[in-house]
Amino acid sequence: MNIIVCIKQVPETTEVRIDPQTNTLIREGIASIINPFDMYAIEEAIRLKEQQGGQVTAITMGPPQAESALRQAVALGVDRAVLLSDQAFAGGDTWATSYTLATAIKRLGDFDLIICGKQASDGDTAQVGPGISVHLNIPQITYVKKIEEINKDYIRAERMIEDGFEIISSPLPCLLSVVKEINEPRLPSLKGMIKSKKIEIISWSNNDLNLDSDKIGLDGSLTQVIKIFTPPPRRGGQIFEGEIHQSVNKLVDLLKKDII
Amino acid sequence: MNIKIIKDKCSGCGLCVKVCPYNAIEIVDKLPVIKDNCIYCGECLRACKFGAMVLKKTEEREKDITSYKGVWIFCEQRNGQIQSVSYELLEKGRELAYKLNTELCGVLLGNNLKKDTINDIIWRGADKVYLACSEELADYRNEPYTKVLTDLIEEYKPAIFLAGATSIGRSLIPRVAVKVQAGLTADCTGLEIDNEKKILLQTRPAFGGNIMATIISPDHRPQMATVRHKVMPEAKVDKGRTGKVVEVNPKKDLLGSRTKLLKKISEIEKTVNLVEADIIVSGGRGLGEAKNFALLEKLALATGGALGASRAAVDSDWIPYSHQVGQTGKTVCPKIYIACGISGAIQHLIGMQSSKIIVAINKDPHAPIFKVATYGIVGDLFEVVPLLIKRFKQIRS
Repeated sequence: MNIIVCIKQVPETTEVRIDPQTNTLIREGIASIINPFDMYAIEEAIRLKEQQGGQVTAITMGPPQAESALRQAVALGVDRAVLLSDQAFAGGDTWATSYTLATAIKRLGDFDLIICGKQASDGDTAQVGPGISVHLNIPQITYVKKIEEINKDYIRAERMIEDGFEIISSPLPCLLSVVKEINEPRLPSLKGMIKSKKIEIISWSNNDLNLDSDKIGLDGSLTQVIKIFTPPPRRGGQIFEGEIHQSVNKLVDLLKKDII
Repeated sequence: MNIKIIKDKCSGCGLCVKVCPYNAIEIVDKLPVIKDNCIYCGECLRACKFGAMVLKKTEEREKDITSYKGVWIFCEQRNGQIQSVSYELLEKGRELAYKLNTELCGVLLGNNLKKDTINDIIWRGADKVYLACSEELADYRNEPYTKVLTDLIEEYKPAIFLAGATSIGRSLIPRVAVKVQAGLTADCTGLEIDNEKKILLQTRPAFGGNIMATIISPDHRPQMATVRHKVMPEAKVDKGRTGKVVEVNPKKDLLGSRTKLLKKISEIEKTVNLVEADIIVSGGRGLGEAKNFALLEKLALATGGALGASRAAVDSDWIPYSHQVGQTGKTVCPKIYIACGISGAIQHLIGMQSSKIIVAINKDPHAPIFKVATYGIVGDLFEVVPLLIKRFKQIRS
């Protein structure tokens, strides 16, 4: 089984700075991690490979330093890593990003399954996964919490929704986005860590993908961020210390009108 | 965008079919036909030896955006019931439509829907309802829903298209936006019209709510957004309102779906759905062990709320993941969020800091949760919660 995992490198902290010129985020100089939801995507891909055989390819689009996220993925058990990095890709919205990723995946050749994390912890959009599936014209199952059955041509999975879950089947190839419940990610192995140092990352720029500049990056984006601001911080309010009965009575009086 | 074939120049050689990376071209009567899954990559144009294919560029479409009018609300139904987030959007949509001096339309997809369910959309503010009913549309499925919405948008050209940021909305709307080449903003908490340019200003949290961004889609239509639940008030029913129902009858063969819904399992038992809840009672590490969640469940019942949990509690297997609030769980926005024995790590705050009232109950007066709490009690939750249960029961009975 040939599995592609789409990952994103995100800032480790949620305190981020903004470039006032371009209105995009400055990612340089901030410690980075693999997006938390993508860790579950990587783990699931590796588990499937262990069961079914095949190979796992991790792909990411980002600045050159996103290579370190790919090396981390290799340390966990990913076989092949692809970095899409070019100034022309920078600042892309979800339309441009999903188009760029989809084109690169196509270029990698045949695949059976694409797995993405539910959403990234920086942008929080959850739009790139469905976007890729439309660009590639393959079915999608979002919010997957369990794969019940999978073989070369077929998948049956549990999809988490607001009030429970759905059991969905699909032919392969297919795209999944996964939630935390699906598994518990492993730690890197020693063998994996050694491999991650040696592996040659496949690095593609737009010279390789040859996409029209008006479909990628900032120019290819259909949305524009016109303002970024910090919301007013939530202030602490009334805190009751001391005798519990009195504190409870005060609290209940304050909440009464909203609870009835 | 659009690929046009210049018939006089085309020889019908089929080279474009061979080079198309998306298998989006077929030859019919010796002429290429561009299929729906074309993404306008331009490979065929580059390959064509006769210059018989032209890509109509975005600029041409940009000039055309004035023909897009009206504010559309995707009225999400599950099991025949319209979801309350759609009523919130109708209220907001009414305001936007008024400012743009245009009509407000609901779009409803389903099967065997009750007449009052359809009328409800008009009673709550819509001038028109586009209604597509078919067996294939009874339950949400990606492909037929995408197809129907894409066709409706292309035919009727709305200027603004809004949907709830639900599991359906966030799976469906990104697909439609890619298809119709429209900009899309996820999980908005604020929508306004720029009075001068008459465009939609979409404000949304990013970085777990630590940054707010205002986003526009100036050159493409419709301007699409999914909107967070519980942020905006619901439209009220006025049974005196009248409007028009436009029935669309999508052809059955267009409604195929490669994915199949085999079964739906509801897990809502004693308490209500987290994201729908007005009150959430949430527990963390301070509960100490799984069985103590029973106490919080009683408080949830006494307040009519739902049960939430921190990651620590979920990772200890005290409560299922579907209850987890925070960065790797759900984002909630209730009227009242009662955090019991939750210290308030940033990853948890991300999921609940937009709640209107936050109540913290914690032994440790220095717990970070008190920094965001509207009200807090410093004390042992095992003493405080039973008293709260008693008082709320009295009040509510």
